Amino acid sequence: MSSRDSILAKIKAIPTEKKPLPEIPDFELNINLKEAFIQSIKGNKGEVIDQAQLNEFLEINRFTKIIDLSKSFQDLGTLDLPQDAHDLADVEVAIIKGQFGVAENGAIWLTDENMGLRALPFITEHLVIVLDEKSLVDNMHAAYYKIGNQPSGFGLFLAGPSKTADIEQSLVIGAHGAKSLQVVLTNL
Amino acid sequence: MSHPAKASEFLEDSAKSKWHDETLWFVRDKRDTISKSIPEWEQLRELASQIKDNVLSNLDSYLVEFEKKAKANNIHIHWAKDAEEHNQIVLSILQQHRCKAIVKSKSILTEECHLNPFLEENGVEVVDTDLGERIVQFLNQPPSHIVLPAIHLKKRDISEIFHEKLQTEKGNEDPTYLTHAARVHLREKFLGAKVAITGVNFGVAETGEFVVCTNEGNADMGVHLADVHIACMGIEKIIPRRKDLGVFLRLLARSATGQPITNYNSHFRSPAQGKQIHIVLLDNGRTTQLGREKFKNSLKCIRCGACMNTCPIYRRSGGYSYGSVVPGPIGSILSPGLDLKKHSSLPFASTLCGSCTDVCPVKINIHEQLYEWRQEITKDQGTNAKSISMKIANGIFAVPFAYKVSGAIMRGALKILPDSITYSGLNTWGKQRDLPETPKETFKEWYKKNRS
Ligand code: SF4
Repeated sequence: MSSRDSILAKIKAIPTEKKPLPEIPDFELNINLKEAFIQSIKGNKGEVIDQAQLNEFLEINRFTKIIDLSKSFQDLGTLDLPQDAHDLADVEVAIIKGQFGVAENGAIWLTDENMGLRALPFITEHLVIVLDEKSLVDNMHAAYYKIGNQPSGFGLFLAGPSKTADIEQSLVIGAHGAKSLQVVLTNL
Repeated sequence: MSHPAKASEFLEDSAKSKWHDETLWFVRDKRDTISKSIPEWEQLRELASQIKDNVLSNLDSYLVEFEKKAKANNIHIHWAKDAEEHNQIVLSILQQHRCKAIVKSKSILTEECHLNPFLEENGVEVVDTDLGERIVQFLNQPPSHIVLPAIHLKKRDISEIFHEKLQTEKGNEDPTYLTHAARVHLREKFLGAKVAITGVNFGVAETGEFVVCTNEGNADMGVHLADVHIACMGIEKIIPRRKDLGVFLRLLARSATGQPITNYNSHFRSPAQGKQIHIVLLDNGRTTQLGREKFKNSLKCIRCGACMNTCPIYRRSGGYSYGSVVPGPIGSILSPGLDLKKHSSLPFASTLCGSCTDVCPVKINIHEQLYEWRQEITKDQGTNAKSISMKIANGIFAVPFAYKVSGAIMRGALKILPDSITYSGLNTWGKQRDLPETPKETFKEWYKKNRS
């Protein structure tokens, strides 16, 4: 018997009382979504900014390697998306669009369509996500309701920059992935 | 070596063990604070527990559904009955791709299978990419905690090993400096690896997708740059529906580190163009545990580590004292199922205070199972029982505080008692500490007065 069949047979042979699958309430939160979302992002060590602050950020730092897939403002990019993710190694800023945000924890839903290459939001030195204020939902239950059966090869809830506290529990931002996350909330 | 003997070793460095204790308590405290910010917290725990009950009572059909959906999404599925088969499968995939160096993100399951030494013996360089795991890998140590792998080390230790391995400045102990040195070092490894291995937090039967959660982003850095992603998954990681993730993702990070969610929660459903995803489904004793009515609930564990952070024994004895891949309260009910003889002292490494059960996000009755294992062990050892209890009595936790009061009282009390009482002289786990002032009334009196 293959391992597959023997594992399944072993499970089948165990007498069990069937337990029902519970329904999940939506646990609606009566909160100001925008305020809560901004607080959550801050807590996760990201920042919420506006378009003017984004322009300022790009200018002051004189970034020259920018990939802009957001198509939200005038194209801010200086580079096209390469074929191979390894060529993203020097990207300084990636600007992408988020599908929606979750107020209770600051998580932003992204799929292949938003990322171009799956490595992009991780490998870039700084990440900017453009998000429509009207897209905010209150909690993760509403989030999965919104995702529904959406088929995407890769989906990501991203909630902040790369961080670690593995050295004596001291928080350090920029472990492997993006050293900063800035969310541009728009209301168009 | 038994748990008490190893715990004594840990307690020799009293400053360090005190730091360990306090730091984990701080993490526990953060968990408490954030869980209280969610009014439906208890309901979420109940839901999570019920979903897992449903999974455990239909595991075969969910596995078949998961396999079917995943295959339809172009994912390769492998089944392994034990660690050896698991490791062989991984090696054969690496050989097919002529891969000599891999990056691996945190996976307790691959620790359980001792995958690293196996691959190294077969000429494959394995780089653990979670910062804490990389640190312990440099030191040739296993992780001492399932969420905080290097929690037993001080920055002085890390600075020393980084100086040796990564040529950082001698004596520079700044966590930011050290982390960024690791970033540069690991980036090179990410860019060079053809195959990346990850663990799995949840596999969704309905869609065939699986979810991996990290804060560092190391799992994603690895897999999105590699050609092949191997995800190693215990068969108990299945959940039925996508929407169940809403429950588990709300609980996991809050329970683990007191944050509302991990910064990266990646849902892998099908490989990117030109790439491959393999899932290795592992049994390795899980079906046996499922068949043990009293202990099967241990399979609900989502590996958040909360039971370790809260455990008065774990905090004071360190992860290595358990000598098992998963340490702490949950490890002490999982490991005896794998090797009763080797792990027979673990179910006794507890005060049975029930704090683990109180924090567990999937409501595993951990302390009751510890008690059950004690019964089994004493039965199993028959005439030897006396010698075990003698060993325990002579060990570091000679007649723990908890034996003097009933478990039920302790459970209530630990939530409200200040540290000074739980650390009292009655409790030898606190023996390295200064004795606190003697409480003005006995615990029993105090309890009587305050129970209402
Ligand atoms: S037993 Fe519960 S508290 Fe302990 S690690 Fe598992 S899920 Fe977390």
